[in-house]
Amino acid sequence: MIITTTKGDMDHSLLEKKEGSIDNDIESTTWVEYYHEGELVHRSAHVTLKTSPFIDLVAASMA
Amino acid sequence: MTATHNFGTAPTRGTSTADTFKAALYVTTATVNAATTAYSATNEVSGTGYTAGGITVTNATAPSSTNSSATAGVGYWTPSANLVYSTVTLSTAFDTVLIYNSSQSNAAVSVHTFGAQTITAGTFTLTMPSNTTSSALLRLSTT
Repeated sequence: MIITTTKGDMDHSLLEKKEGSIDNDIESTTWVEYYHEGELVHRSAHVTLKTSPFIDLVAASMA
Repeated sequence: MTATHNFGTAPTRGTSTADTFKAALYVTTATVNAATTAYSATNEVSGTGYTAGGITVTNATAPSSTNSSATAGVGYWTPSANLVYSTVTLSTAFDTVLIYNSSQSNAAVSVHTFGAQTITAGTFTLTMPSNTTSSALLRLSTT
């Protein structure tokens, strides 16, 4: 698998992969990081919002 | 939900086309909240692959409502596709997305916060919730 990195496209076999996640009342988030010789060269994140605790709908405009 | 903001494909505000909505990301030190009335570039993220103003929100679905007459209900709307910032590098941590109406003087629509993120030569995806009365991205009580 080819990974887009700060050093150009690299095969994943050359990289160290780290993954993480968070799951709470507000969001469910996952992220993946790839390192090359200890340097972070790729990080992606995927956020799913569970609720909208803070939405400003500009009530006057929506009336 | 089709007054100032024309969501979806069947708007009512004297025009036959839906408005264009955009989604801009803001760094953690930004003050983007209920007092925000319009898009501003102040404290917006910047970096490789990111264009000031953010990305266009896919707006192919008209808002729905649980009431069809003058009774209380819920009006709701959700973008019809996830918000995807592809191949970007955003080194300064960000935690806020502002959805705004670029067809109406960049008027703010909604603000959503999440845990701080950075992106390095990668993709940031905000997955949209199901477009239902209880989980839609935007929900308004109607009377």
